[in-house]
Amino acid sequence: MFGKAPKPLTCGFGLQIGAGEVYPELNFTLPTMLLDETSWPSVVSHYEEIGEMIRRAAKRLHLPGLMVEFELLPPMTERAEWGAEITAVLHRHLKQAHEEIGLPCALRVTPTDIRDITRPPELRSGKAWEEMCRSFDQCAEAGADVLSIESVGGKEVNDEAMMYGDIEGVVFALGVLAPRDMEFLWNEIVALCAARNVVPGADSACGFANTAMQLSSQGMLPEVFAAVIRAASAVRSLVAYECGAVGPSKDCAYEGPILKSITGSPIAMEGKSASCAHFSPVGNVAAAMCDLWSNESVQNIRLLSGSAPEAYLELLAYDCRLFNKARESGTERTYQKLLVDSDVHESPQALVLSPESTFRIASAITKESSHYRRTVAAAREAISVIRDATMQHELRLRAREAQWLDKLGRSFDALPEKEEGLMKAMIERYGHLFSPESYGL
Amino acid sequence: MNELHELAQLLEQGQRQRVAALTQELLGKGVGPQTILNEGLIAGMAVVGEKMRGGEMYLPEVLQAASAMHASLGILKPHLLRAGAKPLGRILMGTVKGDMHDIGKNLVGIMLQGAGFEIVDLGLNVPPQKFIEAINAHSPSIVGMSAMLTTTMLNMKTTIDAIAAAGLRSNVKVIVGGAPVSQKFADEIGADGYARDAVLAVDKVKQLLDTAAWSMPTERLTD
Repeated sequence: MFGKAPKPLTCGFGLQIGAGEVYPELNFTLPTMLLDETSWPSVVSHYEEIGEMIRRAAKRLHLPGLMVEFELLPPMTERAEWGAEITAVLHRHLKQAHEEIGLPCALRVTPTDIRDITRPPELRSGKAWEEMCRSFDQCAEAGADVLSIESVGGKEVNDEAMMYGDIEGVVFALGVLAPRDMEFLWNEIVALCAARNVVPGADSACGFANTAMQLSSQGMLPEVFAAVIRAASAVRSLVAYECGAVGPSKDCAYEGPILKSITGSPIAMEGKSASCAHFSPVGNVAAAMCDLWSNESVQNIRLLSGSAPEAYLELLAYDCRLFNKARESGTERTYQKLLVDSDVHESPQALVLSPESTFRIASAITKESSHYRRTVAAAREAISVIRDATMQHELRLRAREAQWLDKLGRSFDALPEKEEGLMKAMIERYGHLFSPESYGL
Repeated sequence: MNELHELAQLLEQGQRQRVAALTQELLGKGVGPQTILNEGLIAGMAVVGEKMRGGEMYLPEVLQAASAMHASLGILKPHLLRAGAKPLGRILMGTVKGDMHDIGKNLVGIMLQGAGFEIVDLGLNVPPQKFIEAINAHSPSIVGMSAMLTTTMLNMKTTIDAIAAAGLRSNVKVIVGGAPVSQKFADEIGADGYARDAVLAVDKVKQLLDTAAWSMPTERLTD
């Protein structure tokens, strides 16, 4: 259910997530401008302006709570002091809001995964790795309450495999490479968070499943393929929790409901109110199990009403009032059903995010023990979910989508039982794209 | 010729091995490389492009067709060169400085390669100087730049300005793309073209070069 997680958590200035209420998670970015030393004072002034707006709007909107996410841009991660400076600015404003109006609030900071700046990516050592670690550390010291990342291990193979519709390659990327990187990366992040007394949030399969969703929206990939990748990608995101992450998950991790079903940790989600950043076919259903409700990202530009971040904060605030009023009035099941039913008959990508579907996929994952087998199981279950809905006439697929669903079913059924059965062929096919050392291979 | 039609159809179906085999067979029968290229491969890819635009083909199927085209071109290339044809379209590509998004750029590269163009990919986070060095080294007809962030898209202008300052602007056409980029932005920064997606990027390149991928000297058109 939205707003309620079996394992709620408290962070920042008294913000309780998953304890009953849904809160906005506001995200923002810079307008079109170069980011360098000469523009840096202007960059800081943008974040100061946003911080002031948050204090003002929180009071005006009577926000019951707020998560703010600062997602670093690559140069802010490369120069750790830049990311830390903005973190300190936003922390100061949230602290002031808490002191002035008692706003329960927290700051999530998300350094950029810059390790793929070289190709093949160097994931476990080198300049980018060191800069990223420094960025995490300095942002934690500067006032981050939650640390997250959208990590990219395995993406170099997934991109290519996905474009070619190579199921073996996708499974190798999502079920073999990505979990290995997640395990290495998240052990490091969790240790750093413990040392700095910061909440280790979670990761996002954004670079995998959201890329598929966007390619699908452009008519380049079948929707059923994007839906299956979504389900399969949950396994690599789950590894963060296995290493000690406690959530809240990242907003762009649409696999969040599957993660919540397995871990009980609160999740951030985004949907219709993130159309400022990108479009999606899951605008309502994405909200069905959320604990934080996000706008993903919006440029700090002027609109007729005010700044775009303020406009989207208001939108999120009203969305959250509905969630919370539904809970207060005992109609949350009805409201959740409306959120689900309004989307799931329109798109297989929406269908696999319904509470019922995510529970089925989560159950399939937990029945297996290896990351590889879990990835395959999640994908197969997603295929079954879509098949069942089409057979029951709850979802109509176009003929070409239906052909692809059959093709996906055959391809996943033909995969070897263990990852060892794929390894040799995948290294031959994709060995030029990744470095085995980066995955401990 | 039925076999050329068959070649176009096999290409459309992405049957790489059969396309390669039929290409060899046609050459063995004395069919000229330019005829095979024009009436088999380019005709087939034209259908593929139309079907993708019409939502009848997805990217994996298009890329399989492109891969089949590539296999055939590999066989035809020495014959085309011997006949005096030159690959007109060498395209230099890169994601601009500060930006690490490359799937869109890679996709455009694969599509262009499938259409027979030669690609020099500089990768991601490419500073202007590296573009300039590569223009000098590879003499491309077109430079393609990609950006996904509002804070990196202006590096396209920086790069175009640097290319101009190096005295190379008249040597190349510049096309740009990426989520925050628009035709208006392309015009403002002095680019020659903009494409919303990979399919349109191929069209834009062809339009800018006013040609198909290979051109034959007029006197050799009959092969």
